[in-house]
Amino acid sequence: MSNPTDDSMDMSQFHGVFFDEAAEHLDRMEGLLLEIDITSADTEQLNAIFRAAHSIKGGAATFGFTDVTELTHEMETVFDKVRKGEMALIADLVDVFLASGDTLKALLAHRRGDGEAVPLEEVEALCLRLRAFLASEEEREGGASGTGRGGKARQMIELAFGPLDEGFASKSVDGVIADLADFGKLEEMVEPQDGGPATQRRFRMLTEVSLSDMNDTLGFMVSPDKVKVSLVEEQAQGGEPSATSAGAASEATSVGDEGFGLFVDAATLPANQPVSQPVGVVSGSVTPIKPAAKATQAPAAPSGEAASIRVSVDKVDQLINLVGELVITQAMLAQTASEADPVLYEALFNGLAQLQRNTRDLQESAMSIRMMPMSFVFSRFPRVVRDVAAKLGKDVELQTIGEGTELDKGLIERIIDPLTHLVRNSLDHGLESPEERVAKGKVRKGTITLRASHQGGSIVIEVSDDGRGLHRSKILGKARERGMEVSDDMTDQDVWKLIFEAGFSTADQITDVSGRGVGMDVVRRNIQEMGGRVEIETTADIGTRISIKLPLTLAILDGMSVRVGEEVFIIPLAYISESLQPSPDAMRSLHGNQHVVAVRGDYLPVLSLAQAFNVKADVEQYEKGILVIIESEGAKTALFVDSLVGQNQVVIKSLETNYRKVSGISGATIMGDGRVAMIVDVAYLVGLANSRLDKAA
Amino acid sequence: MIRTILAVDDSATIRQMVAFTLKGAGYEVLEASDGQDGLEKAKGRQVSLVLTDQNMPRMDGLTMIRSLRGMPEYRSVPILVLTTESGQDMKARGKAAGATGWLVKPFDPRRLVDVVKKIIG
Repeated sequence: MSNPTDDSMDMSQFHGVFFDEAAEHLDRMEGLLLEIDITSADTEQLNAIFRAAHSIKGGAATFGFTDVTELTHEMETVFDKVRKGEMALIADLVDVFLASGDTLKALLAHRRGDGEAVPLEEVEALCLRLRAFLASEEEREGGASGTGRGGKARQMIELAFGPLDEGFASKSVDGVIADLADFGKLEEMVEPQDGGPATQRRFRMLTEVSLSDMNDTLGFMVSPDKVKVSLVEEQAQGGEPSATSAGAASEATSVGDEGFGLFVDAATLPANQPVSQPVGVVSGSVTPIKPAAKATQAPAAPSGEAASIRVSVDKVDQLINLVGELVITQAMLAQTASEADPVLYEALFNGLAQLQRNTRDLQESAMSIRMMPMSFVFSRFPRVVRDVAAKLGKDVELQTIGEGTELDKGLIERIIDPLTHLVRNSLDHGLESPEERVAKGKVRKGTITLRASHQGGSIVIEVSDDGRGLHRSKILGKARERGMEVSDDMTDQDVWKLIFEAGFSTADQITDVSGRGVGMDVVRRNIQEMGGRVEIETTADIGTRISIKLPLTLAILDGMSVRVGEEVFIIPLAYISESLQPSPDAMRSLHGNQHVVAVRGDYLPVLSLAQAFNVKADVEQYEKGILVIIESEGAKTALFVDSLVGQNQVVIKSLETNYRKVSGISGATIMGDGRVAMIVDVAYLVGLANSRLDKAA
Repeated sequence: MIRTILAVDDSATIRQMVAFTLKGAGYEVLEASDGQDGLEKAKGRQVSLVLTDQNMPRMDGLTMIRSLRGMPEYRSVPILVLTTESGQDMKARGKAAGATGWLVKPFDPRRLVDVVKKIIG
């Protein structure tokens, strides 16, 4: 379809709004479709679904996104009947709508520039399925009443497109023709050719659509000088031409080729009237507003969405970055000033204290812009659960709690995949079949609960089910089969953790739903990369709960600064269990210069931070330095450092973007004195220490 | 002399397009996201032309038109119904509600300006 745009007007500037808006409509539509009770659907819900399709169609047609227009048009037509009660809402229809929603998302993603192209056949197939609902409905209706559409007058209309040239290719005609398909069947008239390329294409169509309506429709697809519409013959079928349609047409002073018309005499319009003359109008109502009046009124005219504005993530990130710089500058000032005499410089100190408070508030506000509610993630699960449960023949209810809990946008996007995997796993392996549940004396319907809550500076996201729970001996058996090192006296926690080991998800577990190569080890790795951790609680035949604990944001971090020689390192506070100065008899040395330290009966591997990063330490003897006990995934390690500097909140700078990825370092920050300090990667260090210990032992 | 046009549509895409186009043509544009919002925005303002969508949440366009026509200052302000349905039904209903005319959506921005000029000059 040719895009009806003015050359001087770049329509692409509105694409962004449209994509965002369409995505919102699709999400809302999906939510409504999932919650709708087909036996007693609420009219407002039906209207809202209709409007979603309608709005997307409107925008898509404006930008010439024909595939989107075509599909939404079919959806709109079908749902219009449903909302008017002319057609029953059946489960099949909900399924087709959900599938159409998915296809629309893919189509829009592709238009937006990400995602692959959607094959046209997929769109066509959905359109056909949607049309089939209408056809079966019409059949039913026609059989019952004997009237309906058949009673309207039909006529043969001829459409002549051309002249065809570069600006209006034959291809564009195909697009227009496809759009007209629902008005009736179009047949192309074969022109006698004189060898040269066709300059015109002609079609005929038997349709109920009036000439002026056809003109209206074509008016916004093709420029008027490129198409001619003419009446070939009129065929009254089943009686008189529709009185209402003829009446309305004659009343409307139709200007069909402009897609615009008036119900009134054009002479009465303000444009054709001397100023302030309209009959029956309160004086002054259409007279222009004086500039002065406008100036005072203009600020009071908010746009439609005063409650929120759309801002690109880049801008927000830039803001957060700048606030980060400000925090660092503030810390530098505070540090420099701390050497001054507080009595002499009282005003300066007060000012700095104020600056610190303001900076912290500003930082918090800036960070909160990036925060998004968990509902963004949870809202996709009703669909996942519905589809997977249907495939597995399970009866499942999904509960979501704490949708309002906020999390950084970056983390929100990265938590979706691991969470989806966990939910699918629960559905597939956790929940029993309805029969099995009944046999166990449980309720037939299983429940999966997604819960999000804040705990201190972290967010905890839980996936729990009331299924069969993890089976200790089965897991141990499977682990042995896979050649993993296990023993019968492992603690339950250690046994449960085995399911996160690479290679534990095994071939005989692979179903259509989960276990397709991507194992729980990937889930754990993803979560660790986000600075989070996973915990499992399970009870046989009661259920399983998997909790993911994540930092609220990746932009700031509560850290402990430690000193090694000239260098300062930051250890994320969340991983530190304690710090201590060891007594000489607590230290044991092993073969290969490896040491362990006895902490309350446990022997922990000791890792010198100086050694790990090859820097020079001031303190050589353990009993003169400090051991910081860090913990990751249940394994502990004692990090040996010269001294503790202090605890502070640091702004994380990515080492990867500014330099390159370095093993053992998760990022960097700028300290109050302007120096760069590295943030250590706790999981890596714990792994390193334990592997060295294994070698030494 | 700047004339104010009230654009009522639940689609932000359409609203932005209409607003951008008409502002570019020298009109002042008030935006409203549904009939209810449209009525609130219309109250106490001097509007030269109302462009409204039909199907909107909270209050549809036709209901809004009927309410507007009940307000003395809107009794004869031109009101155009924007619609994707070009059927005669809609036109008859739009006329009964008190609309001045109709404009098929989607429209070419240039044509929107032409139509508006034709109506309010």
